[in-house]
Amino acid sequence: MYTVADLRKGLKITIDGEPYIVTFFEFSKPGKGQALYRTKMKNMINGTTLDRTYRSGESFEPAHLEERTMQYLYKEGDHFCFMDNQSYEQISIGEDAIGEARNFLIDNLEVDVLLFRDKPIGVTTPNFVNLRVVKTDPWIKGDTTGSDSKPATVETGYVLRVPPFIEEGELITIDTRTGEYSTRVKG
Amino acid sequence: MPPGNLGGQRRHNLRARAGILGAVRRFFETKDFIEIETPHRIPVPIPESHIDVIRSDGWVLHPSPEICMKRLLSAGFDRIFQICRCWRAGERGSLHLPEFTMLEWYRTRADYTDLMEDCEALIRVVAAAAGIRGRLDRRGCLVDLDGPWERITVAEAFSRYGGIGAEEALKSDRFDEIMVCAIEPRLGIERPTFLMDYPASLGSLARAKAGEHQVAERFELYIAGLELANAFSELVDPVEQRSRFMEENENRRRAAKPVDPLPERFLADLASMPPAAGIALGLDRLVMLLLDADRIDEVVAFTPEEL
Repeated sequence: MYTVADLRKGLKITIDGEPYIVTFFEFSKPGKGQALYRTKMKNMINGTTLDRTYRSGESFEPAHLEERTMQYLYKEGDHFCFMDNQSYEQISIGEDAIGEARNFLIDNLEVDVLLFRDKPIGVTTPNFVNLRVVKTDPWIKGDTTGSDSKPATVETGYVLRVPPFIEEGELITIDTRTGEYSTRVKG
Repeated sequence: MPPGNLGGQRRHNLRARAGILGAVRRFFETKDFIEIETPHRIPVPIPESHIDVIRSDGWVLHPSPEICMKRLLSAGFDRIFQICRCWRAGERGSLHLPEFTMLEWYRTRADYTDLMEDCEALIRVVAAAAGIRGRLDRRGCLVDLDGPWERITVAEAFSRYGGIGAEEALKSDRFDEIMVCAIEPRLGIERPTFLMDYPASLGSLARAKAGEHQVAERFELYIAGLELANAFSELVDPVEQRSRFMEENENRRRAAKPVDPLPERFLADLASMPPAAGIALGLDRLVMLLLDADRIDEVVAFTPEEL
């Protein structure tokens, strides 16, 4: 169990059976008044935020979270199938828990899956992934519109802005933290 | 962080702090206050529901020098001030250190309104010494120090900002929460605010207001939402003070907190204490305000975490 003295940014606790991460913490105390521990927390499953003020003597259940390395196998309907690299066990994760990671999932990609009470609640992809461009307009030399980027669709269906010289069939590196084009993969 | 690694801003702040301390001392000297020193380690503290002491070899490190300073008033001193370290267990945050610096001053034949005037004069003089003219800039909020300062009662503050009556908040044990979350951030924004006339049950060591016994002559000073000082027209009735102390200790007992014997010598001396007013001002916070520092950490040489 945690007490109010353990509260700090980044602490993960369970409230009403769901995991929350403390995103803001402030100790407040009127000179002659009670100590108050003001927090903002984010639900680690659905991202909703919560403001809570605690007092001395209150305690919290830690949120036991586990991170496992898994390999992406395939998509089935609106579920994504992964294999645990250690146990070879296969699990299926719904779109809600996948979040932005869906844009970067290609076969055999290794990802970190966050589990709360054995239930997957989040997927973290590597910071950089290489994806093939499947659709983009050809580069017109002498283009005078002054545009320094154009839209491109990659093999996962994700659309992003790329430099004009990128052509269909090329492999590009995407920064998954921003979702932006990073470099062209030569060869 | 060893001193060799002190950031440039922190070094600058410590120099500025020394200048502010000097200006505070000069202010009190010109007003004929004498600087006194009282023991930091005392046998028992003033009983307080929500202030926990740090123990030291059977005695306690004082959470405020008030006991000894008021006994000096009984001993015949008229105007005294002290700048000293104080200790309060478990208080750590962006505005709190378990060991911090307090400025307290006491005047006989005065009441809390005299202390409001002292605060205005002191902070104007010290701000000027720190290079602040007229307006104090705190996190982009400009506080006018030169014009008249606001005086608002606790009852008014609750009805204006709290959305609930002060008495009702007390009954439902939400007084402090509403104060911290809804009221304090609105106080002292355009000009400093004296939040005055606390409900009698929060009177602490303040006397009841003449003709209005449900409130006590106590105020807190706020500048830019920051609680800076707490002041009383001192209660000089030992019988009434003893019964309030016993109530505070009863609150501590209910909260399963350690309870100390009453400060008997203080209560005995209270019988011969002249009418007086006294105030405690958090000096680190004053420095924070004048230097526009975000955290108390930025205006002290070392925090406990750095020791």
